[in-house]
Amino acid sequence: MKHPGMINKVFNLPDEIFDWSQDNFERASEIIKKYPNSRQQSAVIPLLDLAQRQNSGWLSKTAIEKVAETLSMSYIRVLEVATFYSMFNLEPVGENFVQICRTTPCWLRGSDKLVEVAKEVSNTKLGETSDDKKFTIVEVECLGACCNAPMVQINDDYYEDLDEHSFKKLLTNLKQSKETKKGSQIGRQTSHPQREDNA
Amino acid sequence: MLKEEDKIFKNLYGFDDWSLDSAKKRGIWSNTKEIIEKGSDFIVEEIKSSQLRGRGGAGFPAGLKWSFMPKDSGKPQYLVVNADESEPGTCKDREIIRNDPHLLLEGCLIAGFAMHANACYIYIRGEYYSEASNLQKAIDEAYQNNLIGRNACGTNWNYDIYLHRGAGAYICGEETALLESLEGKKGQPRLKPPFPAGAGLYGCPTTVTNVETIAVAPTIIRRGASWFSGLGRENNTGSKIFSISGHVNNPCNVEEEMGIGLKELIENHAGGVIGGWDNLLAVIPGGASVPLLPKSICDTVKMDFDSLKEVQSGLGTAAVIVMNKSTDIVDAICRLSHFYKHESCGQCTPCREGTGWMFRMMEKMVKGSAQVNDIDKLLDVTKQIEGHTICALGDAAAWPIQGLMRHFRPEVEKRIKEYQLGEVA
Repeated sequence: MKHPGMINKVFNLPDEIFDWSQDNFERASEIIKKYPNSRQQSAVIPLLDLAQRQNSGWLSKTAIEKVAETLSMSYIRVLEVATFYSMFNLEPVGENFVQICRTTPCWLRGSDKLVEVAKEVSNTKLGETSDDKKFTIVEVECLGACCNAPMVQINDDYYEDLDEHSFKKLLTNLKQSKETKKGSQIGRQTSHPQREDNA
Repeated sequence: MLKEEDKIFKNLYGFDDWSLDSAKKRGIWSNTKEIIEKGSDFIVEEIKSSQLRGRGGAGFPAGLKWSFMPKDSGKPQYLVVNADESEPGTCKDREIIRNDPHLLLEGCLIAGFAMHANACYIYIRGEYYSEASNLQKAIDEAYQNNLIGRNACGTNWNYDIYLHRGAGAYICGEETALLESLEGKKGQPRLKPPFPAGAGLYGCPTTVTNVETIAVAPTIIRRGASWFSGLGRENNTGSKIFSISGHVNNPCNVEEEMGIGLKELIENHAGGVIGGWDNLLAVIPGGASVPLLPKSICDTVKMDFDSLKEVQSGLGTAAVIVMNKSTDIVDAICRLSHFYKHESCGQCTPCREGTGWMFRMMEKMVKGSAQVNDIDKLLDVTKQIEGHTICALGDAAAWPIQGLMRHFRPEVEKRIKEYQLGEVA
């Protein structure tokens, strides 16, 4: 299985170019101000994140070069960071980047079944992007929502307290570009013990 | 059971709004200026006498840690709040950040003042996107109301709080790796000494502290150290958020008194083990890094630092992972070995090579395709990793396996023998 954030090769698509949008250039300048003078390297993670958002969810070689230029860092120092952290995707991903938590607390509550559902609905394998580019399906390590297990992260959002049925419905809705309900799928308030089925 | 009035986290579940107006109604930011005017020595002494121990896993006395910061180093000094919550099983800081961010911010101000800091960075794990968004809005509100920033709370003291998002690395929860990451590098732990209190962020005196430790500080000061130390028992005082996950009827976060019985905790708050208490197989009491406990110990053990240490486990982050008899316990631990293999930063050889080797051996143990004497070989490797790396990730990878073999060795041996019989047949 391959997670686009866990590979060490960078590349560009044909004719790939990257330059900050006006908005993001201003955002980047604001971010750099958070850190003391001459410590602007601290902004490398936030800027890579910003670049990835602008670039449809992945970092091309030119995007990494742009971040290096913006922060006056050598390219290799930025590349090291981009390859070290799992949230930086070094390959294009689908419209919905589905990360299924596989660590013990989620596994105890059935994360295996979620993987099967995801493969079926997206018609693709783990670590791959579906032909319609709607989904990239990966397994990830603990996302820190263990009291709401099993859970998945899709792009920026957490979907919690899932089971096969609710997850299938969720993915089908995403496939049809419909609105989805975020957070707990069984209607409970954050990680409060009380749930609808035992209220 | 912890009384409602003794709970520090009044909005743990977010039934109430998290914004400044609601936070003020819950008493947050009410007399912050007075507290600060009592002076930094007073605050540190109160925290010391409350016997608060760090809530991030290691349980180091908080007041003592704060007192390590120099009074006048001539350099900028930093408080860095560790919100890189990634220990499997743990999801308590998330609730504080998204449901009660002002409680954390007030703590940042008071703790920062106590340790002579000029600025505070809150390092939050990158995956907590909506949590970071709440916290950033809370920071903006606090600036707009002059609670932080120039002349914070009208005390003539300047103090900035910045939010910094990480990008997915468990190791950045280790304090020096977090500082490396915050400086814009790979998150690889530093050798200690020098300790962060001497040379931390940008080489300046720094204290790195867990979210929960910081968030409880204002309430301790307001209600007094003796109130806090009156909860729990000597050296294990106060209340604590427990994250209960796995095979329970109602997984949840709950604030309880330190030293509560594990059985009581699970039955009173999490709706009991699925299938009843007798269906319990084992519990990991403090997040993935600590050794598991079989049911016989779970029957009576109390949830605090020293009680769990006595049974060769630990309180860690108080993340209780419950496993009932339907669990393949070997696979459960094997998954944790996969986690550590995945999260090793690759700096020290014993950990980089050892976590991969241990995972592959654990995979064999799950199937039964190992040899019986491989169990001792595996335990020997865990001992060679433990204590021989820069940070504690190597230890954390070794302990779950040691716990498994300590309590479930017959199960592992049985599986190997069954596999061998199957091959002969």
